[in-house]
Amino acid sequence: MMTYFPEEVVEHIFGFLTAHCDRNAASLVVQGVVPPAARLRRNCYAVRPERVAARFPAVRSLTVKGKPHFADFNLVPPDWGGLAAPWIEAFASSPTAAAAGGRGGRAGGGGGGAPLEELRMKRMVVSDECLETLARSFPNFRALVLISCEGFSTHGLAAVATHCRHLREIDLQENEIEDRGPQWLSCFPESCTSLMSLNFACLKGEINVAALERLVSRCPNLRSLRLNRAVSVEALSRILMKAPQLVDLGTGSFWVDHRSEAFHRLISAIERCKSLRSLSGFWDASPLCLPAIYPICSNLTGLNLSYAPAIQGSDLIKLIRHCWKLQRLWVLDCIGDKGLAIVASTCKELQELRVFPSDIYGAGSATVTEEGLVAVSFGCPKLHSLLYFCHQMTNAALITVANNCPNFTRFRLCILEPKKADPLTNQPLDEGFGAIVRSSKGLRRLSLSGLLTDQVFMYIGMYAKKLEMLSIAFAGDSDKGMLYVLNGCKNLRKLEIRDCPFGDGALLENVAKYETMRSLWMSSCDVTLGGCRALAAKMPMLNVEVINERTKAKSRGSPSDFHKVEKCVYRTIAGRGTTPRFVWIL
Amino acid sequence: MVSRGNSGGQSCVGAVEEKKLELRLGLPSGEEWSTVKERDREQAHSVESHGGHFSKVAKSNISNFCVGSNGGFLGSVELNSQGFWQQQGLLQLQAKAGVVEEPKEKTNGSGEKQQSLDKKGCGPPEAHAAASGNSAVANNNSSQTRTTTTPVVGWPPIRSFRKNIAYTSKPFPEPQNESSKIVTKIESKEKGLFVKINMDGIPIGRKVDLKAYDSYEKLSLAVDELFRGLLAAQKDPLAPGTQKSAEEKQAITGLLDGSGEYTLVYEDDEGDRLLVGDVPWNMFISTAKRLRVLKSSDLCASSLRTVSRKRTATDS
Repeated sequence: MMTYFPEEVVEHIFGFLTAHCDRNAASLVVQGVVPPAARLRRNCYAVRPERVAARFPAVRSLTVKGKPHFADFNLVPPDWGGLAAPWIEAFASSPTAAAAGGRGGRAGGGGGGAPLEELRMKRMVVSDECLETLARSFPNFRALVLISCEGFSTHGLAAVATHCRHLREIDLQENEIEDRGPQWLSCFPESCTSLMSLNFACLKGEINVAALERLVSRCPNLRSLRLNRAVSVEALSRILMKAPQLVDLGTGSFWVDHRSEAFHRLISAIERCKSLRSLSGFWDASPLCLPAIYPICSNLTGLNLSYAPAIQGSDLIKLIRHCWKLQRLWVLDCIGDKGLAIVASTCKELQELRVFPSDIYGAGSATVTEEGLVAVSFGCPKLHSLLYFCHQMTNAALITVANNCPNFTRFRLCILEPKKADPLTNQPLDEGFGAIVRSSKGLRRLSLSGLLTDQVFMYIGMYAKKLEMLSIAFAGDSDKGMLYVLNGCKNLRKLEIRDCPFGDGALLENVAKYETMRSLWMSSCDVTLGGCRALAAKMPMLNVEVINERTKAKSRGSPSDFHKVEKCVYRTIAGRGTTPRFVWIL
Repeated sequence: MVSRGNSGGQSCVGAVEEKKLELRLGLPSGEEWSTVKERDREQAHSVESHGGHFSKVAKSNISNFCVGSNGGFLGSVELNSQGFWQQQGLLQLQAKAGVVEEPKEKTNGSGEKQQSLDKKGCGPPEAHAAASGNSAVANNNSSQTRTTTTPVVGWPPIRSFRKNIAYTSKPFPEPQNESSKIVTKIESKEKGLFVKINMDGIPIGRKVDLKAYDSYEKLSLAVDELFRGLLAAQKDPLAPGTQKSAEEKQAITGLLDGSGEYTLVYEDDEGDRLLVGDVPWNMFISTAKRLRVLKSSDLCASSLRTVSRKRTATDS
């Protein structure tokens, strides 16, 4: 029906679709041109890139996600896939895209050429070649955001810097980038003055600081700059003197002799940055250097100290006392429960807290427990996003937290020891997590840990109606657990499970559910190859993959149906192109 | 307050599991397997004597534990030969971890725990089946002196660059407290780190002690002091250099940011020429072998390309 409406009407209707998921759903039905303002998000194997490019040639912003989330923790073998090249090539070479670009080309963008302006990729394998293709094929290209990607080097960055004339944003978050020299920063032409955001914090290796300084000097709209560890404090001071308008800064190596002039220069440089609202970096920071940021702490809404293990509790406390406007705080667990109590009393505006472990394998004394979390819940009523690594948790604490903070949208708790019970009562943590899902009706993302039985999944199925993503590890007793979730969580899109006693029964009971989901991951559970085959047979529209890392003699040729497998289920319309030899498509 | 740690948190089966672990810490041999299997049966039996409902739990815990310890990469486990594969998986995991001290501590831990448990008795009868399954994975690090956790693949769920962040080696020394800092400074002053420094257009070089400075700015000022007179003498060879006052001689500035007539570069221990100022000071003085003051105009694009930038191990 929609095809009969003129474009202007379609655009108008699209304007009302604000949620990405709605737009995605709508865009599959609507034919014709998607209005430029709309963003497309795809999983890289959900649909063929050529098809997307053919259907939506004029799209300006594309987001593609590749590997499953557990790839971050080395649970997905390398060479699994998630290649960016087919996507970039599809959009670069689509003739309709070129025509659309010519027709709708913006002023200054030149005629012809595909109109893609923004590309966001997550957990994809990106090569230097496809970055070069991107740089040469999209004359209006403005923003490149790569998160947890790999496969490229600084040569690829050089290509983007050289050829993209209207670049506004290069945002590289936690990628694996091969260092092939610092020349890429020199590749930005003198005419490039449009940069607003530059983040190369994840780059290892040195960079050309002089080129960086010149670049910063000629980009007056630069708002966000995140440096890598190779940038010294001296260089940072010079850069800040040239860019006092910065709103978000990631420092380089933050070590300097606090009695030196360099330290005083740093203080003056930072003081001039009146717009600074967010700080990160702080590699190698020593407590004696922290006072350099005191002058602007009271303006900060975001602070990431999670790369600074030398900053222990008492110094963190001194710093936090200045940061009363903080909304987002990322720290290491050396902040301790005492430090979190100070956060609770100081940071009344806190919305997001992440506490990372500093020393997983050692018997560190400085850690956080349930006490710290409880304190924060009392002091920070606006808290809605939590990632908390700790050594223990109690039901009582979780219930208190649930009562104090009913607005959680993201609740990720990781008790470092798998299957650890409530140390006070020796009970599982079912009741505690149950309280969280009951109280936070808007919860969208949940990660569980500690000792858990099927009961917690019953609670989740009952109460977590808005839940979209659930991560489970070392939990549950039987298939019932998984079924509670599949049957109860209406909005569930991503389910990832490892080391749980869920088997074929759970996998096969509610197969229709998978059509409403984006993906299911199960590893080290009780699912067998036979179960996977049965699923693939029942649901031909699903892409069921089995990943078997061990291809040695022990698998004895073709494995029996009773073989337990690692596996992953994807929702798909078209299959994937190439398959590594350890992945079986059923 | 809350007793931190795990002394109170172990059930009977947990301690039993732990004992099983101790016995497994050896290479697999036919005899040992059967010994362990016998013990398995014994322990399962002893567990049963505490309450019938525990027996099933023990078995399911075994499979849970083993599947967990296999982790993501150790492949699949055959259902029919549970015993062998479990232990195989466990041994592989521990071998990877290379945790050698564990056995001793575990012995102590479990011994004490056993006593405390005997006093407390087993968990309440209505304990959920999995409650008794503070499984062996948990028991790995549950001794009273918190021992190292046996690494499980992909656990805890943090990205690689965040692991071992406490051990990330810094390329330069940790700043210490005041007194030891002063001592370090005196010591380093005594040693000295003299490197040659030459300036374009001046035939005679100087030597400069890098350890006498703690920042690039100070070094830059020192270079100015070293060469200002000589430079002036070069430009006007007839005028006796000593007659002019310091202010009248032109200062050498902008050495570090490319804004001056001259630029400071250095040669590192690999023989590469690099711009001064990029790396933290302490890293610089540890790698700089020689300094040069070049004319900025000579640092054209082509020569910059030949100035290779080293990859420094700045991260873990």
